[in-house]
Amino acid sequence: MTETAPILEVLDLRTHFFTQDGVTRAVDGVSFSLAPGETLGIVGESGCGKSVTALSILRLLPPKLSRIVGGRVVFEGTDLLTLHEPAMREIRGNRIAMIFQEPMTSLNPVLTIGEQIAEAVRIHQGASRKEALARAVEMLKLVRIPDAERRVGDYPHQFSGGMRQRVMIAMALSCNPKLLLADEPTTALDVTVQKQILRLMLELKERIGSAVILITHDLGVIAETAKRVVVMYAGRVVEQAEVTALFDAPLHPYTRGLMASIPRLKHNRTRRLAEIPGIVPDLRTPIPGCAFAPRCPLATDRCREAAPSLDDHGGGHFAACWEAGRA
Amino acid sequence: MTTAAAIAQPPVPIRGGLARFARRNPTIVIGGAMLLLMVCIAVLAPWISGDPFTVSPADRLRPPSFSDFFASGKIDRFGTDNLGRDIFARTVHGTRISLMVGISVALLATLIGLGIGLVAGYFRLVDAIVMRVMDALMAIPSILLAIALVALTGGGIAIVIAAITVPDIPRVVRLVRSVVLTVRERPYIDAAVSVGSPSRKIILRHILPSTIGPLIVQATYICASAILVEAGLSFLGAGVPPEIPTWGNMIAQSRLFLARAPWTIFAPGICLALVVLSINLLGDGLRDRLDPRLARRM
Repeated sequence: MTETAPILEVLDLRTHFFTQDGVTRAVDGVSFSLAPGETLGIVGESGCGKSVTALSILRLLPPKLSRIVGGRVVFEGTDLLTLHEPAMREIRGNRIAMIFQEPMTSLNPVLTIGEQIAEAVRIHQGASRKEALARAVEMLKLVRIPDAERRVGDYPHQFSGGMRQRVMIAMALSCNPKLLLADEPTTALDVTVQKQILRLMLELKERIGSAVILITHDLGVIAETAKRVVVMYAGRVVEQAEVTALFDAPLHPYTRGLMASIPRLKHNRTRRLAEIPGIVPDLRTPIPGCAFAPRCPLATDRCREAAPSLDDHGGGHFAACWEAGRA
Repeated sequence: MTTAAAIAQPPVPIRGGLARFARRNPTIVIGGAMLLLMVCIAVLAPWISGDPFTVSPADRLRPPSFSDFFASGKIDRFGTDNLGRDIFARTVHGTRISLMVGISVALLATLIGLGIGLVAGYFRLVDAIVMRVMDALMAIPSILLAIALVALTGGGIAIVIAAITVPDIPRVVRLVRSVVLTVRERPYIDAAVSVGSPSRKIILRHILPSTIGPLIVQATYICASAILVEAGLSFLGAGVPPEIPTWGNMIAQSRLFLARAPWTIFAPGICLALVVLSINLLGDGLRDRLDPRLARRM
């Protein structure tokens, strides 16, 4: 593996939410990096900080409620967290684009999809209305919307969920971004459509040459698409590895728990599906030890007292667990 | 085969479409038609009626006569007032003032309120300050403001319009702001931010269109209430100069002769009621179509 300069480096990112009941440490020291053109998967259950990480990278979180209290997000050599808002706007949709989870609500119902795709092109490439709409038609063809010339003037309600997600992809890729953040892009879709959308997204990503951060809670999606995987739990990275290494030999008990809770066709029907006991900890109270300790079958006193660091267990397979060796 | 036939069919003819629209939205069509008629009367006033100013002492307080209604030079279609002036001509000319005031106030209040509301709703820092100013404006009764302004400046239709507009602005601001506050939390606004749209573009392209429906409805209510307030001001003698015929000052004058000549109050009174009714019908119909959730706020 040749070492190239990473396109994105997230270092010790901490995003906290300031609510009336106290400070929620939604993202608490997350680090990872991404090579140009690479696909990185971020997995974890609801509320583990996956989406907040993505939103922090683009600085899209509500400013009053939340603050990025520490860390650096270095994109192509500049720390995005220190940029002024106008400079940040230059990057959003142009160099870094985002696909949201809900294709049903992420498109403005009162604007035609053509206008919405054209918007980014007009802002970032200074294209005229006509040129931008031509680009929109081109993008719609690229995401295989049939009859693109006619559909470009249609409104979002005239499209199905899968089609709308294609439109979202067209919108995100319209300026050839270097990095695409896909936040649960297929979660709201039918299983049959999910696969088409993922394939389409990866195919277009290859063509454009962008790197992708794919956020999902679906390990199946990760296994099919990502090259490297970051597993998050309670705002922290608990494991990070190449996708094959992770699936062959998960080191962190949480990852193992996640994999055990995937239904398998070969298992006999009478066996109950495995689950991880307990619930995600309350992020408002600081957790001194490992956040997963209360739910962990292997937890010892040391786990409850001191948080393990993310250590290399060989071959770029990182895990934050004192007991990683005890599989 | 049947679907192909259905697709191949030409679009519904306009007439059928209009009839169906009328059946589904009777209030819009009735209110709109009445209002359109009033607008035509106001525009055509000099051609369909005589001179509203001619004083004719010999013809004082003549009762209405409906024989030969359209004869030219006939002044007692609706009767005459205490100075022998043609009530028909005065009523027709009064339509101009009422509609001009109503429509100007509705347009001005809506446009100014829209601008302020969009900014206040989107930028939270501005919001706190602007809304306190609006609260203060809302506390001013339009009739008192108008009387004060007329006393200071000597009156005129522009002053009346301004005086009625100012206290109506906060209502529009509140309405627009509430729409902005809900719409700005929608995911598609986040999506617009994520493609790098500047605030100006987000407000004008993504939020503004959502305010149009409720705003049109609100504008009709403002228009109706402005017409009533103007009539009230004229009635009190604080509106437009008294020599210009308005329904308000016609009603005020007829009050003195009500027992002897009740017809002097009928024409302006009925016209006032009809215009306000037609605008409110239109507004109700539009509300049902454009914004079913918006409760009537006036």
